[in-house]
Amino acid sequence: MSSMSQLDRPSKRGIPEGLWLRCPTCRATVFKKDVESRLNVCPECDHHFPVSARRRLDQLLDENSFEEWDATLKPMDPLGFVDDKPYAQRILDQQKKTGMNDAAVCGAGFIRGRGVVIGITDFAFMAGSMGAVVGEKLSRAAERATEQRRPLIFVSGSGGGARMQEGILSLMQMAKVSAALARYHAAGGLYVCILTHPTMGGVAASWAFQGDVTIAEPKAMIGFAGARTIKNTIRLELPDGFQTSEFLLKHGFVDRVVHRRDIRTEVSRLIDYCDIR
Amino acid sequence: MIPTPLPFETDLHEMEHSLARLEAAHGDADELKRVRYELNALKKATYARLSPWDTVLVARHPNRPQTCDYIDTLFDEFVELHGDRAFGDDRAIRTGFARLDGIKVMLVGHQKGKTLAERQQCFYGCAHPEGYRKALSKMKLAAKFRVPVVCLIDTPGAYPGIGAEERGQSQLIATSILEMSQLPTPVVCVVIGEGGSGGALGIGVGDRVSMLQHAYYSVISPEGCAGILWKVADDKTKPRAAEALKLTADHLLRHGVIDDIIPEPLGGAHRQPKEMANTLRAHLVRQLRELADVPVPDLLQRRYEKFRKMGPYLEQ
Ligand SMILES: [Zn+2]
Repeated sequence: MSSMSQLDRPSKRGIPEGLWLRCPTCRATVFKKDVESRLNVCPECDHHFPVSARRRLDQLLDENSFEEWDATLKPMDPLGFVDDKPYAQRILDQQKKTGMNDAAVCGAGFIRGRGVVIGITDFAFMAGSMGAVVGEKLSRAAERATEQRRPLIFVSGSGGGARMQEGILSLMQMAKVSAALARYHAAGGLYVCILTHPTMGGVAASWAFQGDVTIAEPKAMIGFAGARTIKNTIRLELPDGFQTSEFLLKHGFVDRVVHRRDIRTEVSRLIDYCDIR
Repeated sequence: MIPTPLPFETDLHEMEHSLARLEAAHGDADELKRVRYELNALKKATYARLSPWDTVLVARHPNRPQTCDYIDTLFDEFVELHGDRAFGDDRAIRTGFARLDGIKVMLVGHQKGKTLAERQQCFYGCAHPEGYRKALSKMKLAAKFRVPVVCLIDTPGAYPGIGAEERGQSQLIATSILEMSQLPTPVVCVVIGEGGSGGALGIGVGDRVSMLQHAYYSVISPEGCAGILWKVADDKTKPRAAEALKLTADHLLRHGVIDDIIPEPLGGAHRQPKEMANTLRAHLVRQLRELADVPVPDLLQRRYEKFRKMGPYLEQ
């Protein structure tokens, strides 16, 4: 949760915020509208900016095809967790800031006319971390995809993974979602997981790596342990490009690194290859 | 043998030494009786008011029994199987056929090591991807022949390192969790010491999950949590983190994450390892017998529901 370094942070040096963005990769100052019209990708260098779950749905699905499920699920504070502010208060603040009840959005929709079940985690809500609501929504999505015999697409943008403020119960969400996905697989469904920046920890060690096909956006940070934890343990510098999409591709844990503009095409093509009806 | 004292055990440690001196000198019988009585009372008092952080220290005690100790004391036989079939033998996880009370099982357990050399060989109980691959392959072997699986969990967490990431730490833990949820044979898990996050859950999806009384099980280590919340993990913030995470057995039982708390001998498992082994053995035998006759479809359905209902949320 501690090492999200390359987030969308517009420079303060004389650039009017709201209209312009500074790209963290090429450092170019780019017109925000240009970035948005290119699916939140830098027009200069193809840096993939973070995307909210709502925008991601617009980018991935056919127009007006999304039907949301379980939107009313809200988190609780089972441990009475308090750090510099109580978790119960943090939830309210995050809900106000994002307009979301929790970090996941799930439902049904169409990708180039192909019916799918889709689940997305949004980094904006507590780093997209997985507590009981995210676990429940993804599990229900997998269960409904099993019943409806539809391809299942999850998109992870999930930072540190399990949500520390829900303690051991957040760790158990890994088992819960995995069990639902195991049943989905056993029933013969196609599960495609799309990994975006960042996908770490308990999310990486569960549903992010349980797909039939695993796709990653370019240069996303993906891994189990945080870079700082690893550095503190081994006391060595980490190699360039460590824990990036390309690193995982090279080591055999990602099937394809795909530019954001091509994900729709790629996913619909995969669905066609795996359609046995 | 008098165990290495923990910070909250100074009085206890002193009294254990005076008792040992008295015993060695064949001291006065009444005096011996009195000191033994007082020591017992002090153990009871000390261990009745362990803070969550004290519990973490007990769970990490260097003399606390580990998987290999239980292999020697609790099981009647152990046929170790080393191969992960891909990379190498991870000594942080031990797997093999074992017998207890006439029951055949597949034993899977973390090993942290006792001596410095063994600890280094075991990476202090932090498994690499090959450890989880080995564990899963042996669990599948067990399932093939309807042999139940016993998992002894005792890890600070899966190893954070370059090789571990290169070889797919996330992938292997994810695969293990997924497959365990559907493994067609009884699975009994016990957290015997440290239940460190994904590294623990990687062999922790079972029909029964229990904890020894002074074990802990947490989504993140108290050190990691303190580092995130208060920037430094020190003597002030680590106990605060341990408190906030609700990582002790009583909390996990209340939240429905575990089924049972297995009582430890007075003063912790490390003071009476034989007694601990006997208690754990009786516990395992009981659970294995309970699960032995459950038809596999029912077993899997119940296992699914067990994890499916974890974690509260509000729904309008
Ligand atoms: Zn750029």
